Amino acid sequence: MRETKYWTWHMAAGVVILFLLGLHMLIMHLGGITHLFAPHGGEATSRANSLYRDGRLFFLATYILLLGVALYHGLYGLRTILFELTLKPGVEKAVSVVLLIAGLGLFGLGVWAAFATHAIAIAGARG
Amino acid sequence: MPAEINFHVTRFNPETDQAPYVKIYPVPVREGMTVLDGLHYIKENLDSSLAWRYSCRMGVCGSCGMLLNGRPTLACNTQILHIATTDLTVGPLPNFDIIRDLVPDLMTMFEKHIALQPYIVRADQAELDDPEGEFYQSPEELDAYLQFTYCIKCGCCMGACPTLATDARYLGPMPLAAAQRYNADTRDDGRRARNQVTGSSHGAFRCHYAGECSRVCPKGVDPARAIQYLKRQLVLDYLHLARRKKPCKKLHGPGQGKLLANITPAPAKTV
Repeated sequence: MRETKYWTWHMAAGVVILFLLGLHMLIMHLGGITHLFAPHGGEATSRANSLYRDGRLFFLATYILLLGVALYHGLYGLRTILFELTLKPGVEKAVSVVLLIAGLGLFGLGVWAAFATHAIAIAGARG
Repeated sequence: MPAEINFHVTRFNPETDQAPYVKIYPVPVREGMTVLDGLHYIKENLDSSLAWRYSCRMGVCGSCGMLLNGRPTLACNTQILHIATTDLTVGPLPNFDIIRDLVPDLMTMFEKHIALQPYIVRADQAELDDPEGEFYQSPEELDAYLQFTYCIKCGCCMGACPTLATDARYLGPMPLAAAQRYNADTRDDGRRARNQVTGSSHGAFRCHYAGECSRVCPKGVDPARAIQYLKRQLVLDYLHLARRKKPCKKLHGPGQGKLLANITPAPAKTV
């Protein structure tokens, strides 16, 4: 049943990715129409608008959430592809451990980068 | 006037051959002749060493599953002139080891099948061993699994499965459809035990839903659908959203179930 748990979360992560990427599209690529989270006007990618978003806790949370679900979804998918190569059980276990360590490492690095960006944005907003 | 079709038959004897090779046999073909008839012609007239497996000759036993013009199907159920005009390729089912020529080793399929407990599992084992009544099942409940009972275990779905082509440990369409057949049976109480196997890392979740298994099934079974039902049930069981229901109860005599309307009475006994 462990695989059922992994697969269920894989599907759930896919749905969250769809929602968050939809939000990304609305803010970054359809900004000219929606003007979402762009209080300084102009391009959504302008420095002022980027600092505004990076300084908000909502965006810090969504960055970390997107990082987590994308890493899980992608690495589980990679694990599935590798498992379909008829690996030996020992190799399958090693693959799972390597991917888990890689995922946790990348997640830690990403979280650090998200907090650093958030701190820089807040400092920038203060002048 | 019979047409002559060239049978391109895959030959392989593991005791003498390094790898399978193709041998061509010209076979005079008449209207209505099946591929199985063509193979018999070859054995009787051209090459007595050709080996294949068959039994019933009427699409019931599932013995003569083989690859005809690249499609896994039954040799007894396929007329030559329906699929060939000049040439016909005949090979063993893919995704299986070859015992000899057109004879695949189906043991890997049956081992997976057995692992899924393809039979009624109940707590009241005494009743199963020495039945005193009948288990009532409505026509609607029968419909939930009826089509999956038509499987004849020929292995054509396993030969067509692209996942099984790379992942030999994948359970495959036939065993998974059999698991669904019993999971959906209201007399059965073994779903949670089967979940341990169907929900494993080479179980139902490895199905990519290519649908080839359903396309090639000579009996019209839809294993791809069965696997999707299995996935849904596994997820519902994991999330504790599945309805907890007990297997159907035993009746203590005939006539206690709900009878279908308009059933013609049985004819009077003659003896």
